[in-house]
Amino acid sequence: MSNIYKAFENKKAFIPFVTCGDPSLEVTKEIIKAMALSGADLIELGIPFSDPTAEGPVIQEANIRALSGGVTTDKIFDMVKEIRKDVKIPMVFMTYANVVYSYGMEKFMTNAKEAGMDGIILPDVPYEEKEEFASVASKYGLDMISLIAPTSHERVKMIASSAEGFVYCVSSLGVTGVRSEITTDIGKMVELVKAAKDIPAAVGFGISTPEQAKKMAAYADGVIVGSAIVKIIAKYGKECVPYVAEYVKSMKEAITQ
Amino acid sequence: MENSLNSKGRFGIHGGQYIPETLMNAVIELEEAYNKYKDDPLFNKELTDLYNNYAGRPSRLYYAEHMTKDLGGAKVYLKREDLNHTGSHKINNVLGQCLLAKRMGKTRVIAETGAGQHGVATATVAALMGLECEVFMGEEDTKRQALNVYRMKLLGAKVHPVSSGTGTLKDAVSETMREWTNRIDDTHYVLGSVMGPHPFPTIVRDFQAVISREIKSQMLEAEGKLPDVVMACVGGGSNAIGAFYHFIEDKSVRLIGCEAAGRGIDTKETAATINTGREGIFHGMKSYFCQDEYGQIAPVYSISAGLDYPGIGPEHAWLYDTKRAEYVAVTDDEAVDAFEYLSRTEGIIPAIESAHAVAHALKIVKDIPKDQIVVINISGRGDKDVAAIARYRGEDIYE
Repeated sequence: MSNIYKAFENKKAFIPFVTCGDPSLEVTKEIIKAMALSGADLIELGIPFSDPTAEGPVIQEANIRALSGGVTTDKIFDMVKEIRKDVKIPMVFMTYANVVYSYGMEKFMTNAKEAGMDGIILPDVPYEEKEEFASVASKYGLDMISLIAPTSHERVKMIASSAEGFVYCVSSLGVTGVRSEITTDIGKMVELVKAAKDIPAAVGFGISTPEQAKKMAAYADGVIVGSAIVKIIAKYGKECVPYVAEYVKSMKEAITQ
Repeated sequence: MENSLNSKGRFGIHGGQYIPETLMNAVIELEEAYNKYKDDPLFNKELTDLYNNYAGRPSRLYYAEHMTKDLGGAKVYLKREDLNHTGSHKINNVLGQCLLAKRMGKTRVIAETGAGQHGVATATVAALMGLECEVFMGEEDTKRQALNVYRMKLLGAKVHPVSSGTGTLKDAVSETMREWTNRIDDTHYVLGSVMGPHPFPTIVRDFQAVISREIKSQMLEAEGKLPDVVMACVGGGSNAIGAFYHFIEDKSVRLIGCEAAGRGIDTKETAATINTGREGIFHGMKSYFCQDEYGQIAPVYSISAGLDYPGIGPEHAWLYDTKRAEYVAVTDDEAVDAFEYLSRTEGIIPAIESAHAVAHALKIVKDIPKDQIVVINISGRGDKDVAAIARYRGEDIYE
C-alpha cells in the first residue's frame, strides 16, 4: 500500500493535475511546489504522450508543447527525484499504456518508486487489462488507480473491489476538458463504489469552478482538476506559477468549507 | 510480461482491449451482438444478399495474361476488389458492421478514414440503411483526397477534418475514439480495419474473409488447385487478412503482406510497421508500432493515405511472429511505378495502396516457376489517386 490514503485522511482532497514539461520541467517543478503549498493533497503528474486518446484539446496541446520542448520519461523521473526533497504529499503519474510498456514495465515501476511516486493512472488500461500492469506496480508499492465511468453500471462493483489507493470517478462522457454542467449522478456512483469497498472516491473530468468543486465534494472524497489548470499554464506560460497557486488555493477552500 | 488473465481477443500476445473504461460496455455489447448474429441464418442471408446485389460480389479473379507473359515467371491472378461498389474492399466490412449496428438499435455511425475509401463506404451504406453518419479524416488527407470528401458529403455524411497530431489516419482514429466516448448510446463506431480493441480485429476479419473464401473457390474452379502465393498491401491490414484468412491453414500457400516504406525503411519518412516498429500498445491493441525509444508514436509517412498508419492489426503481428506470413516493405517510388505498370499492361488502374502489392509482385514473380500461381489482391481502384500521381510525376493537375 502506498501513501495515497494520507491525501484523504479526515479531509476532502483536492487533486490538481499538471503535464510535466509544459512549458518546461523547470516551471513544472515550481508549479508542483506551489500546488503543495497552496493546499493540494495529492498531485497528478502527466507524462506526455504523442496521441492521448482520452484527452480533450487543452491537454492534447499541453502534451505537444511538452514533447516539442524535449521532455522524456527519464527527465521526468529526475525532476520528481529532485522535487521530492521539498514536496511530501503523495503524487501519482498519469500517462498512457505505451509510455510504460515501451519503457519496460519493471524498469518503469522501479524508477517511479525510486523517484518517490505513489501510484499510476493509465486511462487506456481498463479492468480487463489491469493485472498486466498492477502486478508489477504492486511489487514496488505503487498503487494502480482504477477508473469508473458513467457507463460502467454493473462493472463498478468488480472494478471497485480490486481498486487500490482511490477510485477515479469519471464525471461525464467524452474526453477531459472544462464543462459548464455535470449531469451524471455522482452521488449514486460514489455509493456503488463504497458498497463494494471502503476506499476513497475522487471525481474528475470537466470540473473547473469552485462552485462545481464544492458540489462534487459533497458527494465524493476528493476533486480532480486538470484542464482548467493546464489552461492557466497555457495562458501565462513561464509566468504561470502564482496564478496556478491562487487557483489551487481557491479550489481547496471551496471544498473545505 | 504476461497479459492479464481477464484479457480477451488475443492473437498470441497481441490484441486485447486497451481503451478507456467509458467504452468498455460498448465493446462488450458489440461482442455480444456479434456472437448472437454471426451464425444467425437470417442475418447472414441478408448480408449475402447485400454482398451480391448491392456490392456486386463475388468480385472477379482475373488472370493477368499480359503481366504473366511480361514477367516470365509464375501465373498472375488479380482479385478484383476494385470492382466492388464504392471501389474497394472496404464495403465488405461496412455492410456487415452497419447491419450489425441496425440489429443493435443504433441510429448513428461514426468512422475514421485515411484515403477516404472507408469513409466513402461508410457514408454509402449509411445512406442505404438510413443511418446518420459522421466521418473523421485527417486534415492532410482531406487535401490529398478532396474528391472523396465531396463524395461523402454527397452521400449525406458530415466530414470532420482532424487537425490534431500529424493530421493523418492515426489522428482520425484517435478523434473517432474520442467522439465515441462522447456519444455511445445511439452510436456505433464502424472501425475500418482489423485493428483497435477486441472484438474489432475479429469482426472486421470475418467480414473481409469473404475475399479469401472466394479466391479459394474461384482458383479451384479455374486451375483445380490452390495458389502458391497470396499477396496484399498492409496498413492496418483488413484487405490482407481478408485475402489470407482461408489460406492460413493451407501451409503450402505463401502469404505476403506489403507495407508502405514511404521514402525508405532507412529513413524516418516510412510507415513500414513490421519492418521498422516494435511491440507496443496503442489504439486499443497490443501490436507492433512505429515509435521512439520512449514509446511516443512516430509521425509516419507514405504517399498512400490508406497505408499511412503507425501500427498493424494484431492478427498480422501474430502471423509475423509465427512466421506464417512475410511482411515486406515497398517504397513510394516502387508503388508509383507499379501503379503505372498495371494501368498500361492490363488496363487496370489500382489504388496506390494496392499498387504496393503489385510492386512487390514485379520484384518476385519472375523468379517463381511458371507452374506456380500468384494472387495479388487489388484492394481498390485508383481513380482517387490519379491527380496525386500526376503531381508526383511533376504534372500540375488538380481535381
